[in-house]
Amino acid sequence: MDRVRIHLRILGSRVRSQLAYPVSFTLDTLGQALGHAAELVVILAVFAHVDALGGFARDEVLLIFGLAAISFGLADLAVGQLDDLPRWIRTGELDVLLARPLGVLPQLVTSDLQLRRLGRSAVGVVVLAIVLAQGQVEPTPLNALLVIGTPLIGTTIISSIWVVTCSVSFWVIEGRELANAFTYGSQLTTAYPITVFGPWLRRLLCYAVPGAFVAYFPALALLDRPDPLGLPHFLRYAAPLVAVAAVLVAALVWRTAVRHYQGAGS
Amino acid sequence: MLRPYLHLVRAGFRRHSIYLAASLAGLFTNTVFGLLRVAVLLAVVEQTGRAAAYDAADTSTFVWLGQGLLAVVILWPERELALRVRSGDVAIDLARPWDLQPALLAQDLGRAAHAMLVRFAPPVLFGALVLPFRWPQSPWTVLVFAVSTVLAVVISFSIRFLLDLTAFWLMDNRGVVTVYAATTGLLCGLTVPIAFFPDTLRVALYTTPFPAMLQTPIDVFGERGSAAALLAHQVVWAVLLIAAGRFVLARATRKLVVQGG
Repeated sequence: MDRVRIHLRILGSRVRSQLAYPVSFTLDTLGQALGHAAELVVILAVFAHVDALGGFARDEVLLIFGLAAISFGLADLAVGQLDDLPRWIRTGELDVLLARPLGVLPQLVTSDLQLRRLGRSAVGVVVLAIVLAQGQVEPTPLNALLVIGTPLIGTTIISSIWVVTCSVSFWVIEGRELANAFTYGSQLTTAYPITVFGPWLRRLLCYAVPGAFVAYFPALALLDRPDPLGLPHFLRYAAPLVAVAAVLVAALVWRTAVRHYQGAGS
Repeated sequence: MLRPYLHLVRAGFRRHSIYLAASLAGLFTNTVFGLLRVAVLLAVVEQTGRAAAYDAADTSTFVWLGQGLLAVVILWPERELALRVRSGDVAIDLARPWDLQPALLAQDLGRAAHAMLVRFAPPVLFGALVLPFRWPQSPWTVLVFAVSTVLAVVISFSIRFLLDLTAFWLMDNRGVVTVYAATTGLLCGLTVPIAFFPDTLRVALYTTPFPAMLQTPIDVFGERGSAAALLAHQVVWAVLLIAAGRFVLARATRKLVVQGG
């Protein structure tokens, strides 16, 4: 309980420090929102030329995009600072964290909570609200649960992907951009129907890295439409199980990585 | 007169050739993003055969050139100079026996030349081998493409230089750079060809320097539109932005107070 209180106090101080510079904070948040809105513009530009993408109409793709954007923004908020792990290792600052009587991952996560990243989620919330207002999704209790639960489960899945790929930094110090392919790549793979990607990309980035469970499968359930790929029906409700598995894998990889770590000699 | 700057080009090249592992990691990421982008755009083009005068080969050529050029022109600034402004180290840079703007440009051109070999060539070759690809019809196009790419680097450098100089007034220019980095990929034709946008938006974009940083060299390579007009647009923006950089640097230098020694 004490540990939770310590982390909450650290988080509180981070939040206050960011709000101390309101102009910079507002611009930063706006920048994050614009970055995600850029992908939205891509979708709209594409649908000016076609009626369907991978067998999905515009509003259906936007539903997937909205769910994915909320998840990605929240995951980026939670664990995005792991991108700095190579720097922590290179400068030896990680050794300081290891010496403290607190978990390394919680320390890293609370080291720099960047509220501006909520800008991304905000774009997702707006898009999701507009799509839901169109009435494509039946207002049933199950669907309500799906709309609320999917972004949270999606956040868990993307955060796990982030932790696993950033663990690579313990072995390859200059591999920061390697992780980007999977972390920022998941921003793309989760926002589109997986039918647009070829079979190999789908196997790797939608199932092995479980991006398809962030938004695509739950969206099939919300839209109540059959899977164009003919995949089993239960997969659309499998996201919570996938999230549990992802967290377990992430915990295992992270622990192995930290045990392997011997310092960068600095 | 020119010799020190030629040395700086070489130094820029060599400085970046040291970080080979980082370059390879970046290469991998560019390639994965290329595969994802190509998949989405091909899903569009395949339905109707072509969209906005792009067929399958044009589309994948567009994506791979974009992913390759991305690291050459640098769309996401690294704020190196801005941080030196903030720390005050810029006073040393200004005191050196060189003209700061061309000196930094020379280093950036060296960096870009290295990126051409390590970050541009591999993804383009990969794309050309595994997907339909449009090579230029005329051998001259390759030469024009080289000129256009150099101009694109000059324009991108000049904008990054101006963004860095805002640190003289803002101290922390992170917000400005974040907004720039968030929109530039879309505005200069990295994520989707500018031809996909509605006419009015497209015309509006060509009144800005954004397409000249990425879409123009890609269009030159794909022999799309008049090469002379495309290059002219780039030259005009390169000259304007370099002049703006000199003007702002002069104003900033007057503002700078060097304390102590």
